[in-house]
Amino acid sequence: MMKCYFDHVATNPLDTRVLDAMMPYLKDDFGNPLSIYEPGSKAKEAIENARGQVASLINSKPSEIIFTSSGAEANNFALRGIALARQNEGKHIIVSRMEHHSILNSARFLEKMGFAVTFLPVDKHGMVDPDVVKKSITKETTLISIIHASSEIGTIEPIEEISEIAKEKKIIFHTDAVAAAGNIPINIKELGADLLSMAAHQFYGPKGAGALYVREGLRIVPLIYGGIQENGRRAGTENVPAIVGMGKAAELAKEEMNARIEHVRTLRDRLIKGVSSVENIYLTGHPDNRLPGHASFCVEFIEGEAMLLLLAAKGIYAASGSACSSKALKASPVLLAMGIPSGLAQGSIVFTLGKDNSGDDIEYLIAEFPQVIKRLREISPYAKGWGIKGEGGECIVQK
Amino acid sequence: MYSAKVMDHFTNPRNVGEIPDADGIGTEGNPTCGDVMQIFIKVEDNRIVDAKFKTFGCGAAIAVSSMITELVKGKTLEEALAMSKETVANELGGLPAQKMHCSNLGADALRKAIEDYKSKNE
Repeated sequence: MMKCYFDHVATNPLDTRVLDAMMPYLKDDFGNPLSIYEPGSKAKEAIENARGQVASLINSKPSEIIFTSSGAEANNFALRGIALARQNEGKHIIVSRMEHHSILNSARFLEKMGFAVTFLPVDKHGMVDPDVVKKSITKETTLISIIHASSEIGTIEPIEEISEIAKEKKIIFHTDAVAAAGNIPINIKELGADLLSMAAHQFYGPKGAGALYVREGLRIVPLIYGGIQENGRRAGTENVPAIVGMGKAAELAKEEMNARIEHVRTLRDRLIKGVSSVENIYLTGHPDNRLPGHASFCVEFIEGEAMLLLLAAKGIYAASGSACSSKALKASPVLLAMGIPSGLAQGSIVFTLGKDNSGDDIEYLIAEFPQVIKRLREISPYAKGWGIKGEGGECIVQK
Repeated sequence: MYSAKVMDHFTNPRNVGEIPDADGIGTEGNPTCGDVMQIFIKVEDNRIVDAKFKTFGCGAAIAVSSMITELVKGKTLEEALAMSKETVANELGGLPAQKMHCSNLGADALRKAIEDYKSKNE
């Protein structure tokens, strides 16, 4: 049976060249980077080399890169670290309703700590309006955090414009670039963000490695206290093999960026065209301004988890933002924020392509996916419309 | 995540469809939550002789619908009413905890179909 992995926003496979780079640090070169003898200095050197590679990916200085354990940690660090560092200047932060849970839940934590948080609305394509950002700023605002590109709908936000606004008002600006970094070009000088989050496994690096870019001279409160690793800003003995892997993956992503983009964009466009012949299927997110390998849809009258299971039975692996496919049993807040009706949001399906996908993969998907839809619509009471009203009233969610 | 029996009933659901001259129809659930189940029954001499379903929902919801329509055939109305969410879940070899309440709507939809039948035949 064919196996087609179309869930690259969930995670990517590890590039074998990355694994090769990591291998020595998993085996012989095990030293602690803080140790003064040779195995230690070798590990230290490897980390600094990786820091340079990651910095080069976004055109920053190496000293502006702080390694973390994940993109989620980088996001937590940015939000809490800046809000707390600047709390004497104000206690208002702005985020969008497009954000990942690691931003949203950090913002909610800060709310409990006495901060005011504005959750910005978005348009039907999931775009944040820079004018709305501007209008939401108060004298108390110290931090704005807007996602660079959405993993759920692929939309790329107007980061440069928003960072200009923040700069004018002397507000710190963070962007969660976990889905973007390594997949589309990022030049931090042009982007203008003060902080930027990344995760290695989103560009063929290992899991367990992330980074936060922090503009030189910016004060940030640590999330993890302890030793002097990462200049005292992130304690804990470094995950040397993972950091080395992140560095190598960043180097490869930079070298191969254009070819990868061209490859996945061509496949993505073919996928969207091939699937659009199905009735009552809607592309979610921005039609043009989206991640090159990202194709997301809502399929009317059927539910996402059922689609995922039937596709998986055919060796096709994808994602969904439906309530049933999430552990929280809630439809994706991103889809609802875009004004998609909750019934339609249940039909969410997301295909994200990677460098190792082939044209055959896409042809296979285009052949199989409409059959899955047809089969589930034959079972659905709604196949002819949303006329039937359930009588269950409210959702009963028990954990 | 799902038992083999759930996957069997999900991938090869029994009794999919509508009964045009059904004696009772019951609908339970809400598309907002992700699952809506509609059950059609045919009743003769106080006994359910046929049952079919249409379901919008996840793998568990479809498997539950398939299983309950299988279980209920041949049962008296009293026996059918005695079936609970647990009966259906047990017959399926268990359901994940988070699916137990939101997707396990079969017993409720069936009860509504029986009530519908009774209200028409009073």
